[in-house]
Amino acid sequence: MTTDVLGSPVKRVEDPRFITGKGRYLDDIQMTGMTYMAILRSPYANANIRSIDTSAAKAMPGVILVLTGADVPYNPLPMAWPAGGSSGVQNNINMPRALATDDVKWTGEGVAAVIAETPEQAADAVEVVHVDWEPLPAVVDTEGATQPGAPQLHENAPNNVVFVWTVGDKAGTDAAVDAAEVVVRQRIVNQRLIPNPMEVRGDIGLYNPGTDEYTVWMSSQTPHIQRLLLTAFVTGIPEHKVRCISPDVGGAFGTKIFCYADMALVMLASKLIGGRPVKWVETRRENYQSTTHGRDHVTYLEIAGKRDGEVTGLRVKTYANLGGRLSTIGPGVPTTLYARVLAGCYKIPNVYCEVTGVYTNTTFVDAYRGAGRPEATYVIERAMDLFAAEIGMDRAAVRRKNFIAPDAFPYDNPSGLGTAVNGEKIYIDSGNYEPALNKALMTVGYDDLDKAKAEARTRGKHLGLGLSTYIEVCGVAPSKWIGAVGEGWGAAMWESANLKVHLTGKVILTMGTQPQGQGHETTYSQIIASELGLAMDDIIVQHSDTLGTPFGYGSYGSRTSSVGSTAAIKAAGKVREKARRYAAHMLEASVDDIEVVGAEYRVKGSPEKKKTLQEIAFALDLGFSLPEGMEPYLDETAYHDTPNCTWPFGTHIAVVEVDEDTGKVDLVRYVAVDDVGNKINPMIVDGQLHGGIAQGVGQALWEEAIYGDDGQLLSGSMLDYALPRASWMPNLELDETVTPSPVNPIGVKGVGEAGTIASTAAVANAVIDALKPFGVRHLDMPFTAPKVWRAMQSQEVRS
Amino acid sequence: MTEQVRLTVNGVPRDVEVEPRRLLVQTLREDLGLTGTHVGCDTSQCGACTVHLDGRAVKSCTVLAIQADGHVVTTIEGMAPDGGLHAIQAAFWAKHGLQCGFCTPGMIMSAADLLESNPDPTDDEIRHAIEGNICRCTGYHNIVAAIREAASTLRAGTDVPAAANA
Ligand code: FES
Ligand code: FES
Repeated sequence: MTTDVLGSPVKRVEDPRFITGKGRYLDDIQMTGMTYMAILRSPYANANIRSIDTSAAKAMPGVILVLTGADVPYNPLPMAWPAGGSSGVQNNINMPRALATDDVKWTGEGVAAVIAETPEQAADAVEVVHVDWEPLPAVVDTEGATQPGAPQLHENAPNNVVFVWTVGDKAGTDAAVDAAEVVVRQRIVNQRLIPNPMEVRGDIGLYNPGTDEYTVWMSSQTPHIQRLLLTAFVTGIPEHKVRCISPDVGGAFGTKIFCYADMALVMLASKLIGGRPVKWVETRRENYQSTTHGRDHVTYLEIAGKRDGEVTGLRVKTYANLGGRLSTIGPGVPTTLYARVLAGCYKIPNVYCEVTGVYTNTTFVDAYRGAGRPEATYVIERAMDLFAAEIGMDRAAVRRKNFIAPDAFPYDNPSGLGTAVNGEKIYIDSGNYEPALNKALMTVGYDDLDKAKAEARTRGKHLGLGLSTYIEVCGVAPSKWIGAVGEGWGAAMWESANLKVHLTGKVILTMGTQPQGQGHETTYSQIIASELGLAMDDIIVQHSDTLGTPFGYGSYGSRTSSVGSTAAIKAAGKVREKARRYAAHMLEASVDDIEVVGAEYRVKGSPEKKKTLQEIAFALDLGFSLPEGMEPYLDETAYHDTPNCTWPFGTHIAVVEVDEDTGKVDLVRYVAVDDVGNKINPMIVDGQLHGGIAQGVGQALWEEAIYGDDGQLLSGSMLDYALPRASWMPNLELDETVTPSPVNPIGVKGVGEAGTIASTAAVANAVIDALKPFGVRHLDMPFTAPKVWRAMQSQEVRS
Repeated sequence: MTEQVRLTVNGVPRDVEVEPRRLLVQTLREDLGLTGTHVGCDTSQCGACTVHLDGRAVKSCTVLAIQADGHVVTTIEGMAPDGGLHAIQAAFWAKHGLQCGFCTPGMIMSAADLLESNPDPTDDEIRHAIEGNICRCTGYHNIVAAIREAASTLRAGTDVPAAANA
């Protein structure tokens, strides 16, 4: 038995069920009387619905119920995060309905739903729902949709503009750019991605006619939020009559944060068919069309500075594609989560960014791992390379020269929340960027880069190296950010924990956060074991069920380890304090004389007079003898609102080789030095980095959601969308620096997104470095062989 | 119209009545309740559904149940000796070769097939052998490490007793 587990790479307590096939994901849940739902999806990207005839479907074998938009008296799915919130930005909002009634805005928007005895019968019946369509011209191009003459999607959104949001000092930045010795300009595209958790989404709705209550199982990152949104906004069912449960979730990466039509449909359908359970599990093709996508920016960047390498200004204009209608937090991602960290880890005095949100006839776009911050990192890290190339300075040296100095914290970033209108300031609280850069350069052998390039040439390869020195804002978020600035969820972002020490001394921690593979059951157990001096075996972590867990905002934005853990630590502190007071009662000592050593509560100076936490819990939970004013049971709840976000940083370096004959790019080395503060479990931290890096590499090299001009999703299946495979990835070389975060008691920062935020830019910069001999200054991702080969043909090798 | 199919699943003969269009993965998951085998795609790309058919790894979403009639199927539920873990399972646990766990059963079944035919694979050989299994969580680094470790455990011929897994 060991209780000294905080910071140790202990094996995960959730793994035994997963490695033996005993995980319980949504589709694994079977119930007596289960029915199955299938959804008819629009084959057109832009069309009016003249009429829908469901009579043939209703007559199909096994069909129990057919629903169209007319049968669903629902409000639209809520959009909870407008751009700029209450700070006065006009948002032209169009939200999806549970089922489309009059028109569809992307291929895959739901139009009708069939509930049948078997999944096959439901799928067959959907085929014969007849819709009289009036197809309309579509627009899919992010920038093109805002141009005159483009098809108009929504009456309230002229030129398909959702909003125009700005941040930073326009006049100052204009002046800095005008006065600069050097200005580099580049149009860059951050292509659309399909997130692809390996488990698709699904739900089961179960209505209880006896109590008029609903239970919804959902593959979700946010069961509490979904209960709130589904009741208060979508269905009007009272919040206390709905229970939401997330079973084991097979990956999510942001897509399972949001409120989806199917969640409401299974609830309604179960009631309409008298309380039989209704299961819906999307197919992978459906997932590609109707679960959220990520990224999709077109950006015009201008970076200004001096020939000595000092950057003096950054001016950025971005078009962000949000799809045909808005997803739950769609507008928040390319605005506050993006432009507020646009200057990265650099002290750039003048920063200005304008973001235009755009409607197109495509699947809605929302947060995907990193959410805005990978896009920002891509802009600034490409900009730094472009600037270095322009002035002929070493890329690492330019970065070093512009780093925010270690003594400049707390740092008021010019596009950050320090500048928010009427907002309370949020500073970058800590950082020390140069040691991470130096370590990464040393590991990769930066000084020998020319030699490595020459050696690669002897093998017919062009070697390139790319740097990404990133910061990210995570551990979201202080509720004052949302309350004062009007940015963020239309709700707060604190977190919650309840800790019970039961009569037998066994401990249950229930959390409002919601894992999707991060190992929360392990890391929270490590924390509580170390806080209370217990064995991990004596602790169980529960989550994911609105019945019996305190309200929580769920897991995304790398928030669990900072915000969730602090709630758990506070709850443990309350338990310890009550146990100490009760120990004093048991030992007939004064409370001030009780000291806590591990799980022992001792009288100072007479260590033989002591009680263990288990003894205290036993007596206190029985409550036969209670001191004046003390309630029985060792059961404490804590809510934690974080005073700041956390600010991880680091340097990632990618080394690629481009084949001179084919243009094929191989990632041959990947070095990452990350500063995520202290670590609860370093093994899990490394795993998060590995996975995050692979997703970012995927964007740089292979992944791209492609639409035809008519709005058909051409990359519509796993056959057509290139996800990273094992043989395409190298082993990853990880290292660290440790600058503890000051905002939580254990100094952690969160690591779910860091890898993805950093890696795309590192790989892109490496490929473009490899193509330098061909005069290539910039190329848009993904760097597929045909694209790279064409770029290589554009100019003869110079060296 | 249904047909009678007899499979030997994890050592136990099972008779099931299936529609001809029923996939092996559906029969395993829905008719036999063996939900450790997962479905991650509809185009035979992801490998989450990998099981052994007569000892060789197959994607069970790509085999009809009627094609498996008379054959021997091993799923993730049949990998571990009673109360213990197969060396590959133990290595995935020790090396943090999984996060959400959704790809894991398929990965383990593919790894077992590899190590059967190649007990001492290089990292490259491991990476190629699991090319048909997509993992979105781990970046594969720790999966490769786990399979490497499992290979060495299996070569050493040491059983993994249940107690060692605690
Ligand atoms: S389910 Fe994806 S390959 Fe079988
Ligand atoms: S562990 Fe989640 S997909 Fe592999």
